[in-house]
This record gives sequence, structure tokens and C-alpha cells, in this order.
Amino acid sequence: MSFFIETLVGGLLAGVMYSLVAIGFVLVFKASGVFNFAQGSMVLCAALTFVTLRDKEIPFWLAAVITLAIMVAIAILIERVVLRPLVNRPQITLFMATLGLSFVIEGLAQIAMGASVHELDLGIIDTPVKFGDVQVSQFDLVAAGTAAVLVAALSIFFSRTRTGIALRAIADDPQAALSIGIRLQSLWQIVWGVAGFVSLVAGLLWGARQGVQFALTLVVLKALPVLIIGGFTSIAGAIVGGLIVGASDSLAEIYLGNLLGGSVSTWFSYVLAVAFLLVRPAGLFGEAPIERI
Amino acid sequence: MTEPILQLRDVSLSFKGIKALNALSFEVERGEICALIGPNGAGKSSLLNIINGVYRADSGAVIFDGARFVRIRPGHAAHLGIGRTFQHNALFRHLSVLDNVLAGLIRHSRTSIIEHAFGLARDRRETREFTRQADETLAFLDLTRHRDTIAATLPYGVQKRVDLARALVGRPSLLLLDEPMAGMNQDEKHEMSRFILEANRALGTTIVLIEHDMSVVMGLSHHVVVLDYGRKVGDGAPESVRRDPDVIAAYLGTVH
Repeated sequence: MSFFIETLVGGLLAGVMYSLVAIGFVLVFKASGVFNFAQGSMVLCAALTFVTLRDKEIPFWLAAVITLAIMVAIAILIERVVLRPLVNRPQITLFMATLGLSFVIEGLAQIAMGASVHELDLGIIDTPVKFGDVQVSQFDLVAAGTAAVLVAALSIFFSRTRTGIALRAIADDPQAALSIGIRLQSLWQIVWGVAGFVSLVAGLLWGARQGVQFALTLVVLKALPVLIIGGFTSIAGAIVGGLIVGASDSLAEIYLGNLLGGSVSTWFSYVLAVAFLLVRPAGLFGEAPIERI
Repeated sequence: MTEPILQLRDVSLSFKGIKALNALSFEVERGEICALIGPNGAGKSSLLNIINGVYRADSGAVIFDGARFVRIRPGHAAHLGIGRTFQHNALFRHLSVLDNVLAGLIRHSRTSIIEHAFGLARDRRETREFTRQADETLAFLDLTRHRDTIAATLPYGVQKRVDLARALVGRPSLLLLDEPMAGMNQDEKHEMSRFILEANRALGTTIVLIEHDMSVVMGLSHHVVVLDYGRKVGDGAPESVRRDPDVIAAYLGTVH
């Protein structure tokens, strides 16, 4: 029993890390209806910038602030150079633009900072903590706690405030939103800026766990089932989706791994996502079309 | 006599060679209710779309509040004080009625993103003030009991009123109403007319509206402009327009 709980808790904590990446997608998707493929590159770029600064003996907090400034600058640049000229184009056009953008960001980041694997030490002690019979990774606990605080702050900011209202208004009817004077451009800058901030946090936590390397961009692929299960338009959905993906992946690995020849966690969540697409295409918290009878 | 709030000078617009508007000129006086009438396809909605910048006129100029423009963006028009409602429901479907109306105030926000993100005092004050104004507008349009309802679940006639509230809350000096009474029954039309009149009288808002029901138009407006195939065929007080032979030939005499 304690082994089951240990697996479950480990999975849930890993799931919070997925949620962290997924939130960046949700924000941009709500504001512009675009699946931002460049989110993974932004995670890599943030982590790479931070380690490079740290390697130059720059103190932790200063490095974090500089990286954040760079990420926000990139976000504003993306809005100006990529999104603004493409306003009112079909979603697939914007999607392709973010796909191209991801290559540009990855390429530039590696030209500027090199492609070697860096180690990132956040100073979090990674000794397991014992709760009765159950052992939990301390690093995972800290990571999950950080993610939880960030997610809570973001969901308050994007629901109760005028930015939240503007964001949801744009998502519902862009033309009406423009006609009452909501500024799409400044909203996009805010959202991409926040997405940059989220990628910084995700980049640090994932980078500390796996090492800062090119493969960090692949966390995008794990965010996809999270979004399908939770719904593309809900921050709460990103959290719950992340928990489901994390928990089911690690449970499936342990309990189905032997039957199916291992490596179950690499594909299990995708199968789960397909099942959700069949049963509940809008996701658990997604905004299904409202029908009035 | 003061300068008209809105003047159109030889405004033309065509879609793929079809003239939607043909050298159209007319003026709207400050404080009046001006009705645009004409058969379907006469160019009425296109005209509103030009005034608030959704379309760009091929030639001619729009002069609003003394400022002349050929092309304006909808957001800029809103900031200048041009509000509008939509023919087809364009409410923010998933938002509550209150949030829909609050959205209409966002352009008046003066707090910075930093104050806003951390909920500093000035931002909290502004939020309270916006909520007060929104509640006032809801009360004015008799929508208070629907305050926290999700917009898409309301009856059609009420949604039209929420659309009006969203436009009105920002206190536009010119309000464009695109068929505010479309699809309403007689009672709802009367109610809506009363609200439009009240907005005009109590707030002094100049109103340009599109409406098909002639009894509503005659009872509501100070000034009627008749369009037919993108041309102006009548312009004047409701009574004189009604007797104009050109207007009768173009519109009133035929059944639509």
C-alpha cells in the first residue's frame, strides 16, 4: 500500500511540473486562440540564459531578474514582429508562425549560449523526506509548491481583474472587444510577458531536474495531453490535467509496465488524451459551447 | 447652432465592384436620435461599420467631433467616444452580465500594469469605481436582477439590452445601434425604445440607429435618413420623410 501511495504522490508531484508548462499554453491560447508551439523553446531559452548568467558568477536573484527582463523583452518583440502583422489571420497561420518562431528562438539561444548540457543547481536539497512509510523527493515537493503558488496567483489575476475580463472578452468575440476599446496589442504583450515568466519558472525547475539541454523543448509534447485532458482554455484545467497525467503515467509504468514491456509512461498519457477526445472533446474544464434551449 | 457631431461627406464603399454606398453625405446633430432606414442591402450596416472603423471607405470622409478621418480603427473610435451595439449578438457569451458591462469600461482604465498586477490601492479604487458605474448602468436599464447571470443563457431581448448597457457604460458621445430591436416582440420593442429615449435624454447621448419597424422609427427619432442601393433618397424630420414621394417609391410603398 505504501508503495502505491509513494508512486501516486511521485506522479502527482511530477504532474504539477507538467501543469507549469501547460499554463503558458492556456494563457496564450485564451488571448489569441493559438497553440503556441514556441512555448518549449521559451522554456529552454529561459533556462539557458539563467545558467549562462550563473556560470559568469552572477548572483542567483540578479540572474533571475535579468532573465525575466530578457523573456519579457522577447515576448514584446514577438507581439510586435510576429503577431501584430498577422492579426485576423486564420489560426493555422498563427500556429505556423509560432512553429517557425520556436526554431528561431532555439537557434538563436544556442548560437548565443552554446549547445552543451549545463548543470543547474537551485540549491534545493534533494534528499527524500519520510512521511511514515512513504518517501517523497524533497525537490519534487519544492517544485510542486512553487508551481502551486504560481498557478494560484495567475488564476486570480486572470479571472477577477480587468485584464482577466479583457482576456475572456477577446476569447469570446474579438470584434466586439475591439469595438469597446479593448487593446488587443497590450493584452497580447501582457499575456506573452506572463508566458515568458512562466517559462522562466518552468525552465529553472525542469532544468534543475534534467540538466539544461536541448531536450527541454520536448516538455511541450508532455503538455499536449495535459491540455487535451484539462481543456485548452482553463488554468484550473491545466492543473487537474497535469495531476492526472503525472499520476496515471507513473501508476501505469509500475502496474502495466511488466505486462506491456516497459516504457509505458512515454505513451500512456497520449492514449488517455485520445480517450478524453472521444468522450469530452472540450476537456474537463474547457469551455464547451453553451446551448440555450 | 452648434457644429454637427457627425458629418459624412461623399462616402463611397464597394465590395468587389458592387457599390454598397455611393457618394453618401448627411449630418447628425449633437443630441439627436437619427434613424437610418432602407431595404435590406441598402448599405445601412456598412455605413455604421465605416463610422466605427470596421470598414474603410473607398473615398469621402467622416468628420466626428470636428476631426476628419478616412480610416479609423475600431479601438481608436471607441477611445474617441463612438460606442456601438451589434445586429447579431456579440456579447461575451461566457462572461456574466456584470463582467460584460465592466468590459465596456476597460478603455477608461488609467492604472499601470504594475499597479494592476499587485492590486495596489489606486487599482483597487479604480475597480470599485468601475463596479459602481457598471451597477448604475445595470440599474438604469433594469438589468440588476440579471447581474450575475452568464450572458449566453439570457433571453434574446435581454441580451440586446446587455449589449446596450456595455456600449452605454463608457459614456460614448455617439452611440451606433445596429437593429437594437431585431427579433423582438411589440412589448420588448416598446421597452427598448423607452430605454433608448431615456439614454438620449438623461445622458445626452447622440444616437444613430438602424431599424425596420416604421412605427418605432417614427415614434423614436428626431431625424430620419433613408438609403436605397447605397444612395440617400430621403433626409429630414420623420413626418416630412414619410410624405416624400421618392421615399415612398423606394421603401415605404413596397412590402418587405
